[in-house]
Amino acid sequence: MTEKLTNEETVTFTLNGEEKTAVKGELIIEACEKNGEFIPRFCYHPRMKPVGMCRMCLVEVSSPRGPSLQPSCYVEIQNGMEVNTQSDPVKKAQDGVLEYLLLNHPLDCPVCDKGGECPLQDQTLSYGPGESRFIEEKRHFLKPLKISSLVELDRERCIQCGRCIRFAKEISGEAEIDFAGRGEDTEVAIFPGKEFDSYFSLNTVQICPVGALTAVPYRFKSRPWDLEQIESTCQFCAVQCKLSVQSSQNEILRTLGIDSDAVNQSWLCDRGRFGFEAIYSSNRVNSPKIKKDGEFIDVSWPEAVEEVARALSVAKIANGPDSIGFIGGARLNNEGAYAFSKLAKGVIGTDNVDAQLSDGIDPNLIFGLRRATINDLDQAEIVVTLCGDLREELPVLFLRLRTLVANEALLLAEFSIGETPLSQYAAFRRSLVPGKVQNLLEELKDSFLSSFGRDDFEQKDGGIVFVVGNPGIGIDGLEIEHSIRALAKSFPNAKFLPALRRGNIFGALDMGLSPGLLPGRVTLKSHGSFFGDKWVCVPEKVGKNTKEMLQSVIDGTMDTLILLGSDPISDFPDKNLVLKAFEKAKNIICVESIMNESTKYAQVILPASMDHERAGTVTNLEGRVTHAGDKVTASGASFDDWVIASLISAELGDDLGFNSREDIGSEICSFAPAYRSTEKYFISGNDFGDGVVVPIAQVPVSIRARKSDPIEVPGLSSIERQGSPIRSGNSLPSSVAKVGSESQISFDNSMFDLNSTVSYKLLEEKRESSFYLVLEKSLYDNGTLLRESKSFENSARESYFKLNPVLLAELGVNEGDMITVSKESVKVKGRVVADSLVSVAVVVASWNQNSADSRELISLDNVNIVEVER
Amino acid sequence: MTHLSAELVEKCKKVVELYPSKRSALIPLCHIAQGQNGWLTPEAIEDVASLVGVSPAEVRGTASFYDMFHLEPVGKHVIAMCTNIACMLAGAYELLEHAQEKLGVSPGGTTTDKEFTLEESECLAGCDKAPCIQVNHRFFGPMDNASFDTLLADLKSGKLADVVPPHGVLIRIDREHKRKVNYEAIDAERVEIDAAIKERKLKLEAANNATVGKDS
Repeated sequence: MTEKLTNEETVTFTLNGEEKTAVKGELIIEACEKNGEFIPRFCYHPRMKPVGMCRMCLVEVSSPRGPSLQPSCYVEIQNGMEVNTQSDPVKKAQDGVLEYLLLNHPLDCPVCDKGGECPLQDQTLSYGPGESRFIEEKRHFLKPLKISSLVELDRERCIQCGRCIRFAKEISGEAEIDFAGRGEDTEVAIFPGKEFDSYFSLNTVQICPVGALTAVPYRFKSRPWDLEQIESTCQFCAVQCKLSVQSSQNEILRTLGIDSDAVNQSWLCDRGRFGFEAIYSSNRVNSPKIKKDGEFIDVSWPEAVEEVARALSVAKIANGPDSIGFIGGARLNNEGAYAFSKLAKGVIGTDNVDAQLSDGIDPNLIFGLRRATINDLDQAEIVVTLCGDLREELPVLFLRLRTLVANEALLLAEFSIGETPLSQYAAFRRSLVPGKVQNLLEELKDSFLSSFGRDDFEQKDGGIVFVVGNPGIGIDGLEIEHSIRALAKSFPNAKFLPALRRGNIFGALDMGLSPGLLPGRVTLKSHGSFFGDKWVCVPEKVGKNTKEMLQSVIDGTMDTLILLGSDPISDFPDKNLVLKAFEKAKNIICVESIMNESTKYAQVILPASMDHERAGTVTNLEGRVTHAGDKVTASGASFDDWVIASLISAELGDDLGFNSREDIGSEICSFAPAYRSTEKYFISGNDFGDGVVVPIAQVPVSIRARKSDPIEVPGLSSIERQGSPIRSGNSLPSSVAKVGSESQISFDNSMFDLNSTVSYKLLEEKRESSFYLVLEKSLYDNGTLLRESKSFENSARESYFKLNPVLLAELGVNEGDMITVSKESVKVKGRVVADSLVSVAVVVASWNQNSADSRELISLDNVNIVEVER
Repeated sequence: MTHLSAELVEKCKKVVELYPSKRSALIPLCHIAQGQNGWLTPEAIEDVASLVGVSPAEVRGTASFYDMFHLEPVGKHVIAMCTNIACMLAGAYELLEHAQEKLGVSPGGTTTDKEFTLEESECLAGCDKAPCIQVNHRFFGPMDNASFDTLLADLKSGKLADVVPPHGVLIRIDREHKRKVNYEAIDAERVEIDAAIKERKLKLEAANNATVGKDS
């Protein structure tokens, strides 16, 4: 059906004597598969270039010299081609190839992790000769070989299909593994002394068609037939990849990427894949806690909720609702975010609510932009990045962009603080300097775009896609916002992909967890009396953001903070400001899953369930609403966030009116304008597919079918074609997501005026000998969820400073030496990293890594100018 | 700071420029890098990798495919002994056995004084000199036990330093290296051979003519 939508040319061919049609340019293997004929294969993967290495997919194809055996993964289907997949020569070839592959493959299936979901095992059963004539000794290797902290390699089992190597080279661009040796000595090898150090290494485990590559966290944990699975969504970053969550005996053991064409195209980052381990942290909050005499004691839910309600009522009566503030919300799902939004704005009446920790972009700007989808990158001719390092912040979005740029499908203009993995592909790049962002962006138009001598990509809808986010802490957020507004004005046909990184931050913003906003991308000013009629109350004036809230706590105008799954002490740029505010605050109430730095200051901790323990919907950076399911029961006495909000509200005397999360779903769909007509995505047990981008477009959207690798995600699609289901009751993804066609948009982004000018404080110019400090985020740091995951607890690096090599020479230091960066009396030591793409006016510091904390040097009130010494 | 000497890095950069795509220079660069230490050290591989813009694992993967690249330390002289059919018939296995005894290592091994590495090789295309051996890619043959012993002594004493450069140096890559092929000798030999062929041809023709005469 998808092909018809996109008007592709078709060809007619004969498959086993029957006439069939296929899309022109398709490979025989794809054409046969779509026509219901599965051809066995090992090396072919739909998301990678074919190589024809394993010879398993040989089929008979007509040629001028009669039928001949051809690798179907390597030959394009042609008009009039006669393909035979059942003939005797094909059977003989399959027998031969399998017998050959099994010459050296150990038959240790009973102890092999892959046994039961192994394409080699399955295809040997279906297509193999049944017995081998080989009686000699098989080859032996030392096993297993640890090629990284997460991946182990068992070379005896390897059949040299090259999938892992091709993934590393083609998709992630880090060819840290390659074949070594020749003939029977061929093995997959890392460079001695170097690990297969990639954020994406575990994808190789998922696509390995034998048990050669195994994931250390899952190794020997379970047999595939003991696993139950659901289709869900990863909530570690705002890309929100689709994945299958697999558990046994109420314990999640692994996740596998699902091929969602629109989002992750089957890949996951390692952090998203095994980050669920934080659920089993020993620091999990398992029951409500109240601090008494400086110690936390476990209490019952009614006691804790009563305490919270009492504190909130006292604060509200004594100092008004504005003395109460909510910080955080990106960890919540949409239902939880809506419930807390309603509690804060519609029951308590405070607008001091912010899901961002002063390191993002103003949602009023995001909602005003013409939002791009990830698939819009495929159609774009030019992509401009004005954001942090995407590999560190939104890893799977990086994969998509890298593959497109490396294949020269588009031109990349990069604006970044320093070198990123995309820099090498950039057709145009500028290193950002605080205070100069606008000037640099003007060069984009003057010196880059004008050089093409044509402007049709400017006219074309989405011809240019801007990926915009905060490039680094230390560049004034208002300066970035000012520049984005200018871009939106000068490129009216361009689309924007906002690159905020926190899990469900876009869901939280959509649900109104931001000052001045109400659910469904509506401002306090523009909703009229809509929410006032439906909620008990609506705040009248725009509230404070996180930074302003913390400052108000310090100056005494606020005294109660509710932390919604956020840990400002380790996650807010200005740590000293947070500490001062927390010392001063009268009440800190944490809705949290894992004990962290900030919970130490809490009076009450309410345990919340985590990802994969709660069902609901989430919204990603495109605005795509998808389902995130619950695979295991919540730990201890944890409740879903929406339940916690309802309990507090009821105790305050106003029932939120929710009995189930579907109630919230239907309220979101009827109240939140951007979410109109998305009801079915909020109902349990529905077939969610890839979700839907809100607000639902009026024009029909063509959705490409999933291109699943049938031998890769067992139980989701492969089993349909290769054997009986592992276990019934699994939710199988549909090949085509359903889109509401009758829906109408009542959401109007013109309420977010892009012409409103923001004045941003022009930076005080730095002196000759000093530098602007900018902090960059990394995928692996000492964040709570990572630190509490067994596989990543030691993943943080030593703190570092990145400097231009010219400066290194001037300072007389070498890469790897220690330097001291100081601001007034604060001194922070760190190791030097040379980066020739960092401006000579800038020092880049690491964020939340081991030993010294560079956040000591950051103050959001001042320009961050530092000195550097040896 | 590279492991390869600045001079070699310069040479590598020139070679890279010869190709439209950088990675095409991978194999010549491996030869140049091998010229420095006699084998491809991991550091040299990393240098080559950065020079051609691929990962060290890819360079190692390529180098490990070819017998002429060594990924382990080798002796000063790498002796490759052909054991394919022509040399075998001429006594290559006996010679190999002798060499093993003499050097005290089996094929693939290096003597403790790091002087010699012994290798069993496939056809070296020197069948006219069977049994033929190569020392640092220079041909010697036909060999017998006695001439092998003399060769070892000469190599060790440095007598052949002119003929046999340190291991790893290839003329094809290292174009500036002094040419060691004695074209004059080859030409002289060729004249001799040509004369012999001509003579034999004439004789055959004469004999043929005689037979034809008899029949009629």
